[in-house]
Amino acid sequence: MSTASHGEYYIPEPSKWPIVGTVALTTSVIGAVNTIHAGEMSLLLPVGLLMIAYLFFGWFGSVIDESMAGKYSAQVDKSFRLGMMWFIFSEVMFFAAFFGALFYARVLSVPWLGGAGNNAATHEFLWPAFEAVWPLLSNPDNTKIVAPAEAMGAMGLPAINTAILLTSSVTLTWAHHALRAGNRLHLNLGLGITVLLGCIFLVLQVEEYIHAYNELGLTMSSGIYGSTFFLLTGFHGFHVTMGTTMLLVILIRCLKGHFTADNHFGFEAVAWYWHFVDVVWLGLYIFVYWL
Amino acid sequence: MNAVVEEHHDHDHKPTGIGRWLFSTNHKDIGSMYLWFAFTMFFIGGALALLIRAELFQPGMQIVEPEFFNQLTTLHGLIMVFGVIMPAFVGLANWQLPMMIGAPDMALPRMNNWSFWLLPAAFGLLLASLVMSIMGLGSAPNFGWTFYAPLSTTYGPDSTDYFIFSVHLMGISSVMGAINVIATIMNLRAPGMTYMKMPIFVWTWFITAYLLIAVMPVLAGVVTMMLTDRNFGTSFFDAAGGGDPVMFQHVFWFFGHPEVYIMILPAFGIVSSIVPTFSRKPLFGYSSMVYATASIAFLSFIVWAHHMFTVGMPVAGELFFMYSTMLIAIPTGVKVFNWISTMWRGALTFETPMLFAIAFIFLFTMGGFTGLMLCIAPADFQYHDTYFVVAHFHYVLVTGAAFSIMAAVYFWLPKWTGNMYDEKLGKLHFWLTCISANVLFFPMHFVGLAGMPRRIPDYALQFAEFNQIASVGAFVFGFSQLIFLYVVIKCVRGGEKATDKVWEGAHGLEFDLPSPAPFHSYTTPPVVK
Repeated sequence: MSTASHGEYYIPEPSKWPIVGTVALTTSVIGAVNTIHAGEMSLLLPVGLLMIAYLFFGWFGSVIDESMAGKYSAQVDKSFRLGMMWFIFSEVMFFAAFFGALFYARVLSVPWLGGAGNNAATHEFLWPAFEAVWPLLSNPDNTKIVAPAEAMGAMGLPAINTAILLTSSVTLTWAHHALRAGNRLHLNLGLGITVLLGCIFLVLQVEEYIHAYNELGLTMSSGIYGSTFFLLTGFHGFHVTMGTTMLLVILIRCLKGHFTADNHFGFEAVAWYWHFVDVVWLGLYIFVYWL
Repeated sequence: MNAVVEEHHDHDHKPTGIGRWLFSTNHKDIGSMYLWFAFTMFFIGGALALLIRAELFQPGMQIVEPEFFNQLTTLHGLIMVFGVIMPAFVGLANWQLPMMIGAPDMALPRMNNWSFWLLPAAFGLLLASLVMSIMGLGSAPNFGWTFYAPLSTTYGPDSTDYFIFSVHLMGISSVMGAINVIATIMNLRAPGMTYMKMPIFVWTWFITAYLLIAVMPVLAGVVTMMLTDRNFGTSFFDAAGGGDPVMFQHVFWFFGHPEVYIMILPAFGIVSSIVPTFSRKPLFGYSSMVYATASIAFLSFIVWAHHMFTVGMPVAGELFFMYSTMLIAIPTGVKVFNWISTMWRGALTFETPMLFAIAFIFLFTMGGFTGLMLCIAPADFQYHDTYFVVAHFHYVLVTGAAFSIMAAVYFWLPKWTGNMYDEKLGKLHFWLTCISANVLFFPMHFVGLAGMPRRIPDYALQFAEFNQIASVGAFVFGFSQLIFLYVVIKCVRGGEKATDKVWEGAHGLEFDLPSPAPFHSYTTPPVVK
């Protein structure tokens, strides 16, 4: 049974944003391919990315205006909630693809290359010197793909980053409680600290990448260990960047006095996203860094 | 289902000019754009298929170079899967879901329009590579629609990177479309319409949307790995770095098998709407239909490696995927049983939609049976990558999915346009299509069992007769679709007026609305008792 008492439905007026979005994405991807192929920046890429920024500001801006004008019923609010919820689920599945690749490599393909199961012949005829030890500090073909000198440890920066993200989830929840209690000062404070923690996380992540490239010899092209490491942590870092930006927007809106104690879907959507990014990190910390 | 309908014709103003389509927030306009897009791509993908069949008319090399033949099979597959079947179903969902559940529109109308417009962009990128290839400027994707590594990584042409981003755009489009379907169904049902009172087409699309959200991101993941393997030195699919080309197949088919059901579950919903209408009986076993659909969707996640029996999996894997695949026959059998039981002792008439629906039931079931043959791992070692596989999936996708889409168009077109289509021409289209499709695809079983490999432009002499028969069928099939195009255009432009109910045995909220349905279907919700 859906909502029992909805009156008139809300349908938005015709909107230019979908077309702007299509042109922006298409320009960006053509720019990206041209940049990759030419080895130098294609003008289309920054133009496309600027258009995407324009899209976000414009589209979300008009949604915020409509929301502030009180155009949205409880039913529209629920549609937005469902949309955000299932969008996050699709993100979970995107990460699942890369975690799947990691598990497949660690549990199946790397041991098989080392002769596990009935793969003695594979091992013998392909790379008899290869030993299946995770993380791979020696690749099956070291002449073609140079292995890292050292693996990334779980202590140090990654452990600090774990603490930072977990703390940021707590501060965000604190802000949420403050919002519901009508305590604007604590709301702004909690959100501000969360944004700050997000930024610190990103700085430390860049620090870690520099360390990996310069001192450990761990790069994207150092075999399946480096591939899974950088794609998983990289996409996570990208999501933290997005999340931090979203939190920043919400902070600005809070400072402007947006949101009320019982009507703040924008805040909640970003909070859900942030907790999702947090949970992904826990998976990363356990399976990429630690075990 | 009885409904009290309040109509608000004063809301029925339509935007005008090109802006109506570019900036649309209307489910009917967006649905029409999806359907016309799919129809256009159907003719483009069909033209490529006819080139393939022309080349295969006789052994030896006749018309195209082998390199170009690879591009033809690749683009034919990609276009038909992502550019025809999927958008056509989304178009039908756009038109029908809001009307069927008593809503004014989709839940997120702006996102709906974005979902659509990403598709022409994505296929523009893909088709541009084909045009470039014809002009002699590099190769279009040539590694088959499954783009297995290392064909698509180490050996893929430059256009592969455009292809990768084109897939990303299609994925974004599908995920947004699926989110919209879910939000619409969960949130916009008319008061009183419980989940187990929803029309079965709504149910099948509901479940399909979950499949889309679950697997399209995985497809995005696997093409992203391809992109980095090609350009940034990662070794996901390179054993020299500890990766595995077989891993590509696992991740791809984890997407690919649910994708197969994304292309058939809405078809089940369509047939389940049409058969009761023309049998003048309620659908037999409604709840078992719902549970069967859900079971098929669940099973689709645990059967993927039956596409890879010959790749060298451990025996335990072969057995698991063989048995789990066989399980699918049970819920599918339930569905076929229910359709036939619906017709049993009904007052049947055979208008064009019903003809397509009955053809679907028989021919899709044949495709299902060949699927059962293929799922037997030891037997599959013989069938793998032969024309038997081609016959199998064309039976489920052409005489299955595509037939259901044609049935749906004939079934609902009077509701959409307010005019009846030309029944005589519709029947002519059906008989030509149905016979020629079998002339086209049935001989493929024989050459496949005899060992003719798929995706190869030349073949041994003994396969010549059957290939010639298939090619004749292909051309009749292809040109018969022009009749379909003509019937649709004729119906849009005018014809005998359709009643609100359209069909004598029709049930459902969409048939309570006037024909043609008002621009915003239900501006206030009807009450479902």
